[in-house]
Amino acid sequence: MDRIPILRMGHFLLVTIQIDLYDRLATNLETDLVQMVNKTGAKGVLIDISALSIVDSFMGRILGNIGSMSKIMDAETVVVGMQPAVAITLIELGLELKGVHTALNVEKGMTLLQEKITSYDEELLDNEDHSEQG
Amino acid sequence: MKADIAKLLQKKKKQILEDWMNDQLKDEGLREDLMSNEELREQSVELLDVLLKALTDTNLSDLQSADFEPVHEILSGISISRARQGFSPKETGVFVFSLKDALLRSLLTEVKDDTDLLVDAFSKINKLMDSLGVVTFETFIKGREEVILRQTDEITEISTPVIQVWEGILALPIIGTLDSARTQVVMENLLQEIVETGSTIAILDISGVPAVDSLVAQHLIKTVAATRLMGAECIISGIRPEIAQTVVHLGIDLSNIVTKASLASALKHSFSMLKLDVKRIQKDKAAF
Repeated sequence: MDRIPILRMGHFLLVTIQIDLYDRLATNLETDLVQMVNKTGAKGVLIDISALSIVDSFMGRILGNIGSMSKIMDAETVVVGMQPAVAITLIELGLELKGVHTALNVEKGMTLLQEKITSYDEELLDNEDHSEQG
Repeated sequence: MKADIAKLLQKKKKQILEDWMNDQLKDEGLREDLMSNEELREQSVELLDVLLKALTDTNLSDLQSADFEPVHEILSGISISRARQGFSPKETGVFVFSLKDALLRSLLTEVKDDTDLLVDAFSKINKLMDSLGVVTFETFIKGREEVILRQTDEITEISTPVIQVWEGILALPIIGTLDSARTQVVMENLLQEIVETGSTIAILDISGVPAVDSLVAQHLIKTVAATRLMGAECIISGIRPEIAQTVVHLGIDLSNIVTKASLASALKHSFSMLKLDVKRIQKDKAAF
C-alpha cells in the first residue's frame, strides 16, 4: 500500500506531497500523521503541496481535518506552496481551511512555525515567572 | 425596343458623378473635419465605377446576383472605415442615398418620353440602391461593434495591473466596476504575481470601484481568502464612506479582513507586519 513519507525534523513533522493524491492515500496520510504527532509529540506539522495541481472537495476537507486534529493534539499545521489554481478551486468550493496556517514556501512556513512555537514558549515562561513571583 | 438602362447609365457616368458630388457637398452633414473633399471624391468615383461596371440589364432585377459582390465589398470597406472615423449613421446613409438621387435624375432627363421604361427603371434602381443602403448600415454597425469590442478588451487588459510597491508587498488598484469575470482575472493575476515575486502581503485598493453590492463584496472576500490560502495576507484599502455604509447596510461581515482607509495607511500597516521601519534621516546627522 502506498504511503506518503512523514519526516521528523526537530519539533516538526514534514510532509511533502509529490504525487497527485487519491482518496485512499489522503485518508492514510491523515491517520499516519495523527499517529506520528502523538508518537513524537511534535509541535508543528508542515505540509508542502506545491506539486499538487488538482484538488477536490474531499482533499480540501482532509487538509482541513488534519489541521483541526493536530490543533487539538497541540500541534500547529502550516500548508505551504499552494498553486494559484488550487487556491481558487478551494475558495470556489467554499473551503477556507480554517485552523490551518498557510505560507508561500517551505522556508517561510518553517519560520512561521518557529515563531508560533517560540511565542507559545515565551507565554509559558512568562506565566512561570509570574507564578514564581507570586 | 427597350433601351438598355445599364448602358444608358454607364454613358452618363461623368454627369452622374458630378451630380452626386454636388449633392454630397451641398449636404449640411458634410464632415470636412473627418474627410477631405478629395478623399470623398475618390471614394465616390471608386464606388460608382464598380457599381456601373457590375450593372447589366439582366442583373438589375436580381439583387442577389453575384455580380454585385465587388460593389458590396467596396461599400462595406467604406462604411467600416467611416464607422471607425466616427461618422454618424446618418452621414454614412446620405453617402449612398444621394447616389440614388443622382442616378434617378439622370435617368429622368434621358428617358423622359418613354413612361413605361421610366417607371420600370425607377423601381429597379430604387430597389437596388435600397439594398445597397441596407448593406451599408449593416457593415456600419458591425464596424461600430468592432470598435466597442476592442475597447472592452483594452479596458479589461489595462485595468488589472499588479504593482510591487516594496519587496514582499504587492498593490492592486482596482478601477471600475467589479463583476464575476473581472474578479476572476484580478484574482488570477494577483495570485500568479504572489507566486512570482514571493510577496507575503497584497493590498487591494478599491478606491476606484464606484459601488459595492453584495456580489462585489462576495468577490472581494473570495479574493482575500484565496490569497490567505496561498500563504499571503491581504489588506483591503480605499473604502469610501458610501461604500462603508452600503457594506454595513447589506449586512456583509468584513471584520476578519484587515481594512484600511487609504493605500498609504495600508502600506504603513504592511511595514509594521514586515517589521520594517521608515523614518526621516536627520539633517545634522546626514551631514557627517
